[in-house]
Amino acid sequence: MTVATPSNVQKARDPDAFKLRGGSFTLLVLQLIDLKDPNFFHWLLDKISQAPNFYRHSPVVLDLEGLADSGPFNFAELARRLRQHQLVPVGVQNGTEEQNQGAINAGLSVFPMWRAAKPVEAPPAPEEVPEKAAAESAPTQAEPPPVAGTGSKVVLQPIRSGRQVYAQGGDLVVLATVSAGAELLADGHIHVYGTLRGRALAGVDGDTSARIFCRSLQAELVSIAGHWLVREDMDDHLIGRSVQIYLNGDLLVIEPTN
Amino acid sequence: MSKVIVITSGKGGVGKTTTSASFAAGLALQGHKTVVIDFDVGLRNLDLLMGCERRVVFDFINVINGDARLKQALIKDKRVDNLWILPTSQTRDKDALKKPGVEQVLDTLREEFDYIICDSPAGIEKGALMSLYFADEAIIVTNPEISSVRDSDRILGVLASRSRRAEQDLEPVKEHLLLTRYDPKRVERGEMLTVEDVLEILAIPLLGVIPENQSVLRASNIGAPVILDTESSAGQAYYDSVSRFLGETLEHRFITPERKGLFQRLLRRTA
Repeated sequence: MTVATPSNVQKARDPDAFKLRGGSFTLLVLQLIDLKDPNFFHWLLDKISQAPNFYRHSPVVLDLEGLADSGPFNFAELARRLRQHQLVPVGVQNGTEEQNQGAINAGLSVFPMWRAAKPVEAPPAPEEVPEKAAAESAPTQAEPPPVAGTGSKVVLQPIRSGRQVYAQGGDLVVLATVSAGAELLADGHIHVYGTLRGRALAGVDGDTSARIFCRSLQAELVSIAGHWLVREDMDDHLIGRSVQIYLNGDLLVIEPTN
Repeated sequence: MSKVIVITSGKGGVGKTTTSASFAAGLALQGHKTVVIDFDVGLRNLDLLMGCERRVVFDFINVINGDARLKQALIKDKRVDNLWILPTSQTRDKDALKKPGVEQVLDTLREEFDYIICDSPAGIEKGALMSLYFADEAIIVTNPEISSVRDSDRILGVLASRSRRAEQDLEPVKEHLLLTRYDPKRVERGEMLTVEDVLEILAIPLLGVIPENQSVLRASNIGAPVILDTESSAGQAYYDSVSRFLGETLEHRFITPERKGLFQRLLRRTA
């Protein structure tokens, strides 16, 4: 389930003590069907031990749709027991009024009802887990916050180390150099008509048809829809060349464009 | 119109305070009334490099807090006319810097001085941010070495987004690159980045190249800005940089290795 928090940020007077920004995260959903089952936590432990690294400290939303008919229950206790299994309950979804209130009292958040939760299958083998987990984590170190729904962005100035630019809902076009340590994100394509030394993440909201184009590939990391590749794993003969990068199934393909 | 110039870098130990001292002295030597301010609260060094550490009574933080008037804290340099120093506190830390206080001090200084040099601490947190916030121009001090270049790049990004000029959509802070501790022999051996390498990454106008030189340490030890050592190549390079800043066109010296003549090389072999 993806949750995007709203980001209404004015440019003028930010306090010095903090910055508020929007973030987009993919979260695990635990769909509760029968809490009264005495083997509930036994099965849970069993499931978790199939891919312990994937689940450890994973934030989880509790889908209460299957418990609509059962009465209120002890959220605080449930949260405590989930934490014993190293899951971090952060909120509930699809609950009744009464259940939502109970959740709030226990310090959980209430996620919007209109977003249908999609069950997330654990990956088949633990070795594949690190890549998936990395693919689902949100970008960190934001500086200028993304403004909701502005679409494509064109940047004319060099993007310096530590800056992050996000073209939410569109493509990102940069007509200058992107420094090492800078981060480009776009829901659509990313074009760099210059040297790309930083990180470029296209299709961040899941669009697997997004592509990355640059005049000189020197990127630290490239990613399309969560599938990433670091510089170390890029073929030497592609470095410094004008390339396009796209997804072919699960593989990132880097192709020279001249 | 007075100008506030920040001397910054991101990376520590590249030569910001050395540059602040010599740059301020250089501007004063060319007739401009100049003050240099130490923004490195708690780790002050400017007073040492200017040789006035034994004359500090009141400091920048005292003035911001209203414990002293600006005139009481300003120290007049004994060697160079037109040059004043505003030292900072050694016992407090960067949290003592408050934006309205800093703004007020700078506004007052603008009325009296042609140039106000702000010696920034290393890093990108409060001290550095406060020193660059009100700047009109910035000198980015960089060593020809990749982590220094990366950090300079970062501080350029900060200047472009978190200075007052950026926040208020005014004309952007004018950026200048000063390459320091440049050793032409090491560059030739491929151990150090070339001027071109650095310019390719940072892409800002080159103000000067200061060669690595023992005179810098000597100057620091005796508490005199190295620009006053007219025989030192570093001092001369600083003088050139100030002249360039003031509009003169000068060739960059000290960027190619000295080629000893045959006679000199013979002498060395027999010695």
